[in-house]
Amino acid sequence: MNVEEKVIETITREQHLTPGEVKPDSTFAELGIDSLDGVNILFALEEEFKIDIPDNVAQNMKSVRQVVDSLSRVLEGKDISDLVAMAKGEAQPTSN
Amino acid sequence: MRRVVITGLGVFASTGKDSKTFFDNLCNARSGVRRITQFDPSALSVQIAAEVPNYDPADYFPTKRLDLLDRFSQFALLASKEAVKSSGLEIKEEERSRFGVVIGSGMGGAQGLDHGYLRLYAQQATRLHPFTIPKIMHNAPVSQVCMEYNAQGPSFSTATACSSSGHAIGEAFHLIKFGLADVILAGGADSPITYGMMRSWESVRVLASGNGDPARACRPFSADREGMVIGEGAAVLALEEMERARQRGAEILAEISGFGMTSDAGHITQPSVDGPARAIRVALEEAQVNAGEVDYINAHGTGTRLNDATETTIVKLVFGERARHLPVSSTKSMHGHAMGATGALELAATVEALRHSVVPPTANYTEPDAECDLDVVPNQARPMPVRIALSNSFAFGGLNAVLLVRRLE
Repeated sequence: MNVEEKVIETITREQHLTPGEVKPDSTFAELGIDSLDGVNILFALEEEFKIDIPDNVAQNMKSVRQVVDSLSRVLEGKDISDLVAMAKGEAQPTSN
Repeated sequence: MRRVVITGLGVFASTGKDSKTFFDNLCNARSGVRRITQFDPSALSVQIAAEVPNYDPADYFPTKRLDLLDRFSQFALLASKEAVKSSGLEIKEEERSRFGVVIGSGMGGAQGLDHGYLRLYAQQATRLHPFTIPKIMHNAPVSQVCMEYNAQGPSFSTATACSSSGHAIGEAFHLIKFGLADVILAGGADSPITYGMMRSWESVRVLASGNGDPARACRPFSADREGMVIGEGAAVLALEEMERARQRGAEILAEISGFGMTSDAGHITQPSVDGPARAIRVALEEAQVNAGEVDYINAHGTGTRLNDATETTIVKLVFGERARHLPVSSTKSMHGHAMGATGALELAATVEALRHSVVPPTANYTEPDAECDLDVVPNQARPMPVRIALSNSFAFGGLNAVLLVRRLE
């Protein structure tokens, strides 16, 4: 199971949604995920992947794709300083 | 002066999951005390509690809702549901800002707290579930009930240990009486039956052991009493300004007409005589009732050596000669000491006593104690007219709340 599948599975489970409702391009708003739901999903993902997601990155995760992208980079041990900077409004995202 | 009436009752407790079953069981001296099932209590010296039996939250709430409900909030919602239904209350849009919720809790979200500490300290987890705070905060039941019924008026939680719901109901009564609200769901909710809480209570050495015969463990006012039994549950009463209730043709269960609250300012656990006695007098005075007119007292009656003897002295001090013939019963003998819910459970029992003209007994009474020589209505319910009654709550920390209810003819 790849990161995207795992993220979709986790969001589906935590939000008590039916499989298929969460798609790779769904936004949190479309899925009815509010701020408290959002931190719950991040908690579940941190547990799932055994990682820590920095607060300033977490704040910027408002869609499935943003979550998958950020998680993938954290998992690959890549530098995410540009994501942090973006969260602070200091820079535009750079391409991988 | 505005008057305040009770138009709905809701109970969810060890001795009944609705107010009728609850009162039937009390009047038949049926105890709700059993061996604890929420966790394995084998390691504890006290393995019993007045636990809500056969409770599966999934029978009452959708999964998504449960994620944010600690057990005490579940109980508060369930008791509120019965209270609202039985009251027939309908709140118009323009009344919402005068419709509030005041629910006491002594221990807050004990389950969530216990679970969090288990993860943190025992399982060495480095992060806790993000719903921990919204679940365990003392006001969680208040906010959940507000959201359920769209109550947008004065709403808050009270935390005065064993008096929490006495204070909640009393404050709600005053908010309506003094014109700050028209309708309030008031009561208490607690679910303190966790390993951590039981260990904490165990060390205070005030719990009845009674593992061999749980139903008989709590014996208030009896010479062989051994202590209190921890309980859980919720009770919620619908309080309403009397004219509003009359205009809509509501069934009026009772009037609340007196509330006395005082502080002992003495000792953090030992009850005083003066503080509670003053609270009773304040309640009588507010209701403009003479001591001789009181027909029944639902006692604080925890079943500890100290409380019951002190409460006897208090009743004698306030009621004089009449104290010997004044029915005083402890329903804690059956529903246990449900902490922040207990005052509301006991007021619910008191209101039912007024309505049905029957006083619930002190269960498990075996032998008289010279230090508790009151008419404690031993073991058998007593049919008798009850027009005016008191419900006593005397908390650890010396914070006292006494409520006076009367039947409206």
